[in-house]
Amino acid sequence: MIFRGARLLAAASLFAPLLAFGQKNGCVDCHSQLEGNLKAPVAAYAADIHREFGLSCRDCHGGNAGTDDIALAKDKSFKGAPTKAKIPLFCGGCHANAAVMRASNPSLRTDQLSQYETSRHGQLLKTGDTKVAVCTDCHGVHGILSARLPKSRTFPWNIPQTCGRCHADKGLMESYKIPTDQVDQYMAGVHARALFEKKDLTAPVCNSCHGNHGAFPPAASSVASVCRQCHASAGELFSKSPHKKAFDDMGMGECDACHGNHKILPPSTAMIGTGEGAVCVQCHDKGSRGFEVAGEIRRTLDIFTGRYGEVESLLSLAKRKGVEVSDAEYSLLDVHTTLVSAENLTHGLDAAEIGKAVTDGETALLGVRAVAVAALKEARFRREGLAVTTAILALFAVALALKVRRMARVRRGAAGPGAPGTRPS
Amino acid sequence: MGKSVARTVWEFLDERFLISDLVGFARKKTVPEHGRSFWYFFGGICLFLTAIQVATGGLLLLYYSPQVGAAHESVQFIMGGVKFGWLIRSVHSWTANILIGMMFVHMFSSFFLKAYRKPRELTWMSGFALLVLFMAFGFSGYLLPWNELSYFATRVGTDIAGSLPLVGSWLKTVILGGPDISQATLSRFYWFHVALLPVVALTLVAVHVILVQTLGMSKPIGERGTREIPFFPDFIYKDALGWTLILVLVGVLCVFLPWEIGTKADPLSSTPLGIKPEWYFTFMFSTLKIVPAHIFSLEGEKLAILGFLAGGLLWLLVPFLDRRARRGERSPLFTWIGLALAVYIVVMTVLTYTVPRL
Repeated sequence: MIFRGARLLAAASLFAPLLAFGQKNGCVDCHSQLEGNLKAPVAAYAADIHREFGLSCRDCHGGNAGTDDIALAKDKSFKGAPTKAKIPLFCGGCHANAAVMRASNPSLRTDQLSQYETSRHGQLLKTGDTKVAVCTDCHGVHGILSARLPKSRTFPWNIPQTCGRCHADKGLMESYKIPTDQVDQYMAGVHARALFEKKDLTAPVCNSCHGNHGAFPPAASSVASVCRQCHASAGELFSKSPHKKAFDDMGMGECDACHGNHKILPPSTAMIGTGEGAVCVQCHDKGSRGFEVAGEIRRTLDIFTGRYGEVESLLSLAKRKGVEVSDAEYSLLDVHTTLVSAENLTHGLDAAEIGKAVTDGETALLGVRAVAVAALKEARFRREGLAVTTAILALFAVALALKVRRMARVRRGAAGPGAPGTRPS
Repeated sequence: MGKSVARTVWEFLDERFLISDLVGFARKKTVPEHGRSFWYFFGGICLFLTAIQVATGGLLLLYYSPQVGAAHESVQFIMGGVKFGWLIRSVHSWTANILIGMMFVHMFSSFFLKAYRKPRELTWMSGFALLVLFMAFGFSGYLLPWNELSYFATRVGTDIAGSLPLVGSWLKTVILGGPDISQATLSRFYWFHVALLPVVALTLVAVHVILVQTLGMSKPIGERGTREIPFFPDFIYKDALGWTLILVLVGVLCVFLPWEIGTKADPLSSTPLGIKPEWYFTFMFSTLKIVPAHIFSLEGEKLAILGFLAGGLLWLLVPFLDRRARRGERSPLFTWIGLALAVYIVVMTVLTYTVPRL
């Protein structure tokens, strides 16, 4: 008897998926016949990531999906749509519950809600400000996509737009008295160029520096730590430099003092020195020691950059003239790395270190220059060789043409039946 | 003293190689001279360029390495590290292209002059076979530098071969030595290019030249002039003039436009946009691209490939199909067919390079 019962149970469990497949979803049946906002969730949810994990309307909104009767559908478990203020807790009901998440997506973190509560958005929401961003403002509502999908609002190259929907809205930001040009500034910077032009998905976007669920403007003291996540070498050099103490004493942020924050332009030697566009003169007055050092570093780098540019032009000219110089081009790439390294050393302000890097680079540059000059000499040799060969061949061709003409004349002179050089066909 | 030594050497060689007989044959041999005899010189130019191909190809073998990991680097070394390597490779590549162009000119000029008519059927057939062989030379040689363009163009070309009905899949595997381009493909292409094709092609060249020499040059139908010039030295001098001009052209091209090495092939990268085969395949390549997907419920591309094969066969058999020419009568229908084909080839080739995404 027990065995029979077990067999029946096993058979029933085999057919259970079929039973589930045949289950009715009254929410979809009704809402798909409605219009506007009441119909939209049905279409949007078709692509939602929650659907992929087998969740249906009632898993978030409660209610009885097995009936067409609206009153019966809205039973005791029905939660309906949450107010904006309650959305973080609504989503957190699952996303902050490790036991629930373990069952469906164990790799997903469960600290989003606690992080959100520490964020500026979360703090303002707690005070009753419902204009701030909640989960749905960034992730969407019923069409939530995995952040790995390029169409997702949280995919790296969509994040500036997602944040900008609020932060570039002057009307919305007016009451918070914060600027609205961050997205425009970011788009003009080097990080946006890496992300959008080079398609480098590791390039920083808004959340890389501000955090995502715990989004907060970084304090002046923490900006340097944020930048050091990627620019560790520059940060290390800066920490050893005399600037570190001076900046700390003045309570200044480190990196942003020279490079800015949202609009970070491609670094160049033009930022160093005492001329126009140099950031050093923002603090160092003419005649000060810092002013002199800045000028000295700039001169050293300018000489190296100038020589590099000259060799690059020579090599490019040789290549255009058809001489194979790819090995030298690789060597020039190494020199470029040395140049970048020397520019990076400016964060440490050690003129001796910079001088050593520049000397190493110039030594390597001499080798490349020698190859470029030899290649140009080779190009000249080829052209001269062609000129001489062409002259000889032209002379030979003229001689042949004259000979052919003379032979034709001789044949014509001796024309007539049986004359030499002519035969009946 | 010097003269007697030279005479002794000459007699020694003559006794063994019958050179006097050959010179006598060349002196006795004549070539018709008329308003269209200019077209005769393209045969000599093709032969001259073939000789350059053999000579430069042989020299390239000294440094080329047919290994996936070394092929591109060895070509780079030839272009930069070997004395005059750039010249040898550029001459080889440029003359290969000029040679195929000249072969097309030679073939169509022979066609329009109806030089294929009896008794020169085999001369025509061996000549057409040579064009096909030299196109195969071009296809196999294109991959050898193992650069991005050649790699993907070879993939496109072999995919076309693979879409042939019945034998396509088998043929593609045989050509590639596996399901995709690999070391096996490079080894095969190298073997085709430096061993199999040269043996077959040089044998055919010998057959073609012997036929031309023994049967003589064909006079166009209706040509009533009886003027002829001795093959040696008159015709040879004119030939040499053409060769000299070609040499100057090749020299200028090699110095100002040395043949590129390109970026090393990366089998894992995606196919670059606008990939094309060598220019002499583009008329067929573009036809396959514009042909409708289905023609009378048959797959358009396969039908087009079969069309090219059938067209090639008919072109080969033209001497037997053009009965009027066989009888020494004018055959305007064949002239129009040849003209239409020549225009089609030129137009499709030009369109390939001028119309975006074709």
